[in-house]
Amino acid sequence: MTDPLDADVDALLEGVRAATVSMDDFRITPDTLRHQAGVARTHANGQLAENFERAAELVDVPDAEVLALYELLRPRRATADELEEAAASLEARGAVRNAALVREAAAVHARRGLLRTR
Amino acid sequence: MTAGRLGRFRFMDQQRVNLDGFAVEDAALGLVAFGSPDDPEPSLVVRDGRVVELDGRAEADFDVVDEFVARHGIDLDVADEAMSTPDLALARMLVDPGVPRAEVVRLVAGTTPAKLARVLTLLRPAELTMAMTKMRARRTPSNQAHVTNRSDDPLLLAADAATAAAFGFREIETTVPVAGDAPSNAVAVSVGAAVGSPGVLVQCSVEEATELALGMRGLVSYAETVSLYGTEQIFVDGDDTPWSKAFLTSAYASRGVKMRVTSGGGAEALMGGAEGRSMFYLEARCVALARAIGAQGVQNGGIDSASVAGAVPRGVRSLMAENLMVMARGLEACTGNDALMSESDVRRTSRTMPIFLAGTDFVCSGFGSIQRYDNMFGPSQWNAEDIDDYLVMQRDWGVDGGLRTAEHDDVARLRQRAVEAVQAVYRHLGLADLDDVWAAQAVDAAGSKDVPAADLMAPLTASRMITETGLTMVDVVAALDVCGFDEEARRLLRLLRARVAGDYLQTAAIFDEDFGVLSLVTDPNDYAGPGTGYEPTPARQAQIDAVRQQRSVADLRAEQAHGASDRLRVVGPAAAGSDPRDVVIGVSPAVGRAIWTTLSGLAVVDVLDELLAGLEEEGCRGRIVRVNDTIDLGLVGLTAARLAGSGIGIGLQAKGTALIHRRDLSPLANLELYSVAPTVDGPLYRLLGSNAGRHAKGATPEPARNPYSDEAIEARYHTKVVSLVAIERTCSGTTPPEQLELA
Repeated sequence: MTDPLDADVDALLEGVRAATVSMDDFRITPDTLRHQAGVARTHANGQLAENFERAAELVDVPDAEVLALYELLRPRRATADELEEAAASLEARGAVRNAALVREAAAVHARRGLLRTR
Repeated sequence: MTAGRLGRFRFMDQQRVNLDGFAVEDAALGLVAFGSPDDPEPSLVVRDGRVVELDGRAEADFDVVDEFVARHGIDLDVADEAMSTPDLALARMLVDPGVPRAEVVRLVAGTTPAKLARVLTLLRPAELTMAMTKMRARRTPSNQAHVTNRSDDPLLLAADAATAAAFGFREIETTVPVAGDAPSNAVAVSVGAAVGSPGVLVQCSVEEATELALGMRGLVSYAETVSLYGTEQIFVDGDDTPWSKAFLTSAYASRGVKMRVTSGGGAEALMGGAEGRSMFYLEARCVALARAIGAQGVQNGGIDSASVAGAVPRGVRSLMAENLMVMARGLEACTGNDALMSESDVRRTSRTMPIFLAGTDFVCSGFGSIQRYDNMFGPSQWNAEDIDDYLVMQRDWGVDGGLRTAEHDDVARLRQRAVEAVQAVYRHLGLADLDDVWAAQAVDAAGSKDVPAADLMAPLTASRMITETGLTMVDVVAALDVCGFDEEARRLLRLLRARVAGDYLQTAAIFDEDFGVLSLVTDPNDYAGPGTGYEPTPARQAQIDAVRQQRSVADLRAEQAHGASDRLRVVGPAAAGSDPRDVVIGVSPAVGRAIWTTLSGLAVVDVLDELLAGLEEEGCRGRIVRVNDTIDLGLVGLTAARLAGSGIGIGLQAKGTALIHRRDLSPLANLELYSVAPTVDGPLYRLLGSNAGRHAKGATPEPARNPYSDEAIEARYHTKVVSLVAIERTCSGTTPPEQLELA
């Protein structure tokens, strides 16, 4: 079962019974998120669109890494180097918007004393 | 001058509103709703497409909130136009039904926090209501419930979630008194909600990362507890920065999970970090930031600090203006009316009323659908104690506040099924064995105090299992299906499938009961003055109107028929008496025909017994005559008096109103009137009988006082009176007076 959007609910339920359906089958795709970004822009919310575009880049990032990245962005969790490392890693996977967000955070966190200092 | 405090003030001091705290405005402490002297002048300087000054602060001095808003929050294409539009002109656009919502949203996108705060400060309460009617994102209003309890009892959570869904709530928020119980609560509430209605969204409010993890595993279907603050210090105290929140927002979207953020005026003052700014200005920063990070919606309107705002002048007004600000920035507004902000029923109703009338995406960002004591967020502004009030308010004003009447038997069936479903799922997944005594108590319970059989360790153990085994909503669906709850399994599957489509990520999205998405995109608010905008469908209007307490004449007739007695029978036409001890009890047309019980709950025949006994005490002889040609009590009594040998008559309406009459008086004059039928009891009817006897003998009657009550007697009985009078009228005719016999 790869595309639950097209499967009716009964077929999905069959998949659950046969254990061929898992949480991974209920993942939104980057394309769908980019489509939703377009809808948001049409409805005059560019920031919501940006958010969906950042989200599109995170779809394939594993849950544990997403949680770890969130943790890294909290106050005084990361050094400038650690944030740069995370940004580079995201960038290498094409997650350019998220990389830019992390780099922006690094700069502002540095200016406002919100980096981990040791 | 009296020495002590006046009785009038001692009495006033005791009223509940005086339990509330009221603060003298103190801008230094942030105890000011609108317009602190330290609030900045609105300003925006853009150089080479980059904001270099925002609300009086230069780029180099930006704190984290300024910085994020400056980089992401302001639409620079309209900024010049927006910032140069006079405050009053913008304020009028918000209210004017001729200016489309989209036009206001377009322009507001170019305003700074201080500018928008200034504009909204100009709106008076009725204008806020008008603006809200137009500016909310979704056309169809809705409401959100809290479902929690003191023991994290999964069976009671499931039963109460099903109940909340039955009453119409489209989002349910749970939380935990014991942090470790979160996964169990999320599962129990999700299953219960799915039993109650298709498409109800569920969240579990816990620490940010934990909440996200629950969302990733499908155990919740939206998130809300992503808090924003208006100052850097408090933001950082909350263990986040705007960048971590922006990332979190994207993380939810990347898993196809709806989320909104939370803020609210007074939070910074409460945490001692308002920096001398007004509550409303700081909230304006939060709302601008919410838009900047790309959140689709905001829960605000004080929330946990609503009572701080409520303590200062115009604070309640500022809470409503906060909600409108969210709408003006084009976001979903989940409009507070959440934490209880007053001990006074009058005051808390007043706080909610204009928002309720305008209608919002979620009128309450947490209506406590459970009892106050079970609300683990603390008591709400509205609670299970108030559900009937709220339903009646909807009916009174013809307003859709998101709720509907739920019938007793339907709720009983749903609670039973919800409890059985969670019992079965927990057993099947090896999470816990929740026994039948506990289950039966949970089905019946009005709150956790009614469930002594609950095992407090069970949710913790179940939660550990859920976490350790990596259980997901797909496992819950499978368990439901195997255990015979395939309908609920389908409903939860459809919620999971909705993540893939992503349509419910759009602004103000909820599901209807057919899993149709209602949002800014699919159901945009199109209010443009009278005759436009949201109007309940006829079916929805019928739901709003049909509160379970309403009664028709037919209902009352059937209820009266239950009390029918065979003790009264017609003897024949009534004749005039000549015995000076003859007192006639004239009864109205419905007596012995259709009305058998008075408004005080006495059987009419028992009332007649009392009247006859009272007459007998005075040595008089009572005779019962039914007067058929009038329902006017004065005329009934006068007709009786004219037939009586003594010239004294008693008039008795079937509903219990009674009087004593004399043959030479005019119909509307009478000797004694017992007008408040609901409060006339047996002894008083007996006194009435004996006083009639004394009038007949020329003796002095004992003064009868109508019992006084401070209850809303008229509210309780007037609708019944209208129906009872209608029944009387159908019983009346041209038949001459008849003598009745009481066996």
